[in-house]
Amino acid sequence: MDLRFTQQELAFQQEVRDFLNASLPEHICAAVRSGAELPRTVLQEWHEILGRKGWLGTTWPKEYGGPGWTPVERYLFDVECNRACAPRIVPFGPSMLGPVIQNFGTQEQKDSILPRILSGEDWWAQGYSEPGAGSDLASLKTRAERDGDHYVVNGQKTWTTLGQHANKIFCLVRTKKEGKPQEGISFLMMDIPSQGLEVRPIRLIEGGYEVNEVFLDNVRVPVSNLVGEENKGWTIAKFLLSHERTNIAGVGISMHALEEVKSLARRMIRKGKPLIEDPLFAARIARVEIDLEAMKTTNLRMLYQAQKQGHPGPETSILKIKGTQVNQELRDLARRALGPVAAPFPGTITEANLMFGPPNSEANAATYFNNRKTSIFGGSNEIQRNILTKAMLGL
Amino acid sequence: MNFDMTEDRQMLSETLSRFLADRCDWETRNRVAYTAPYTDAGRWLALAGLGIPGALVPEEHGGFGGTGFDISVVFEALGRALCPEPFLPTLLASRVLGAVGKDQTGLVDGSIRYAVGISEIDAPYDLGGMITCARANGAGFSLSGRKTAVYGAQVADRLLIAALLGGKPAVFEVDPRAAGITPYGMIDGGGAAEVLLDETPAVLLARDAGALLNSVIRAGRLALCAEAVGAMQFAYELLLDYLKTRRQFGVAIGSFQALQHRTVDLLTEIEQARSITIAAADALDGPDGDLKAAMAKNLIGRAARLVAEETIQMSGGIGMTWEYAGSHYSKRLVMIDHQLGDTDHCLEEVMQSYAA
Repeated sequence: MDLRFTQQELAFQQEVRDFLNASLPEHICAAVRSGAELPRTVLQEWHEILGRKGWLGTTWPKEYGGPGWTPVERYLFDVECNRACAPRIVPFGPSMLGPVIQNFGTQEQKDSILPRILSGEDWWAQGYSEPGAGSDLASLKTRAERDGDHYVVNGQKTWTTLGQHANKIFCLVRTKKEGKPQEGISFLMMDIPSQGLEVRPIRLIEGGYEVNEVFLDNVRVPVSNLVGEENKGWTIAKFLLSHERTNIAGVGISMHALEEVKSLARRMIRKGKPLIEDPLFAARIARVEIDLEAMKTTNLRMLYQAQKQGHPGPETSILKIKGTQVNQELRDLARRALGPVAAPFPGTITEANLMFGPPNSEANAATYFNNRKTSIFGGSNEIQRNILTKAMLGL
Repeated sequence: MNFDMTEDRQMLSETLSRFLADRCDWETRNRVAYTAPYTDAGRWLALAGLGIPGALVPEEHGGFGGTGFDISVVFEALGRALCPEPFLPTLLASRVLGAVGKDQTGLVDGSIRYAVGISEIDAPYDLGGMITCARANGAGFSLSGRKTAVYGAQVADRLLIAALLGGKPAVFEVDPRAAGITPYGMIDGGGAAEVLLDETPAVLLARDAGALLNSVIRAGRLALCAEAVGAMQFAYELLLDYLKTRRQFGVAIGSFQALQHRTVDLLTEIEQARSITIAAADALDGPDGDLKAAMAKNLIGRAARLVAEETIQMSGGIGMTWEYAGSHYSKRLVMIDHQLGDTDHCLEEVMQSYAA
């Protein structure tokens, strides 16, 4: 037992810090710190900076132009990026489609798609869920029918995150109606815009536009846009969902959120004293800090296992459940710390110079509401419990 | 980074577990745990022969262990078997004796049994509220006061007692024959005693011993956390077994999602408990030792109670019976919170790190 990082890992951590110090522009940090939605330009600029460094496809092996990092290195990179207030990498191209193409794509697909992800040229979106297929994803109905060298696609996708910025989308579509639902699904890539494809925004609880519906009406897609074999898409979908789980616990983001909560609680005053001296509030912080401290070790234990076995196991579902609980609790505390200052609807305070609350506090309640999503997306926490029931409990 | 157990500790764990499977089987455990003196002298010496006390003592003091991970591996195995033998007082005593440079041969070979009295009724977990005090008495000292729930004191050959000297906590050695010892059994098995001190002669071991006592307490907390991890893991395995075999409505009750998801939550909390215990073991004598031990004891207090209550609930009426092993695990898991700092007390210690 030894919880220390190796000299190599520490050197890597320093390299990441140095890079972030030198290359993360201040205006990007400021945008992240504000907590507001990040415009495409900011995300794009950061992707391009990482792309030039070769650090955008954090899970990619060297042969595909990735950095070839170990799970521990990816973890350290995530923690340092959060500490430095870097934007998160929009995962659909770099973390999801990239590994899919590397594992299931043709040589031609590898040559044409991978470089454009790494350069940030293509912005990918994901078309998985449908109005009638959420947790029960295999029941999806969007169909693709062969017509010569094309598929003709009809149906509807939903919860397509940042689809409004995308010029490409990968979708799960039904290519066979007979047999088990999982056996008739294919993995298909499409262009945005395409004739018959329409992206419509969905407004979320806090008022932001982050997700979309995608309507598909006789969209013609070349057969060469199929990834893997026809009707074998479910295997790819499962691969994609289980592949990038290094950061599923969100340790980096929660460590940063904890610091934010403490700093807010030192700044806000209650009953004449800093809020952090209020025993009830301090107790709430302490409890979640302890849970996070335990989760850091749980995360490292599982990274260590993944590194040894070469792949993450089903126990990573534990990280998803606990990670989202910790993260949501921290968002709750940040909102609560601000008291009435958290209440105004961002953007409705028109007096530009009015410093209503501490810096970057405006978006706190919105962030709290927005982060309720984390226990729903990526396989809801109930689905994670089903996975664990089968895999770990044997029930 | 490495989360594998060393070969030596792996062997120690296996040896101890094998011994306990043989000599601390279910019926034997309950007979000893609930009958005075709540320990089995022969078994104690056999465990000492296996080197269990020695594993808790550093090499320079005559043992072969004493680090955080040595402590956790021993207590996890003891917890898994719900072994009532009083190794916690052995560990606490070893930390005291080590700090003052006293010989530990008798502690290591099991021939001298120690108990350590820190808690008082009105100051169960904090040194600040202690009222037992020492008075200089010619060449030596005498102690007056009452130490409460002193684990192992029902059979101890020597008592190590925390008492105020000049307004500061100090540690003394007391001959139990000179003190008033009122022994009793514990609701979760094992024994302890009230130690009544009335001008009782005592030998001063350490003056101004606040830091020393903290190091004793944090090692004890780590041990209790590891014991809880072992006990939780076993209680969880018992539950899984029950969910697979108990049938109602024509099916195994483990097929009900209402129980599946709650069981997964237990698994999650047990893994978290294991993690924080590893973190506390790793930090034990480093700069974060006190903080990590307090964090661990807080999380363990919450997790252990959850596991205890949920395993009772999900085992239905059976979980309520004396007959069922799980009920005794539940008792131990709940009552661990009453030793060396409960959930709230430890939370408060963590909160104190926010001051300044």
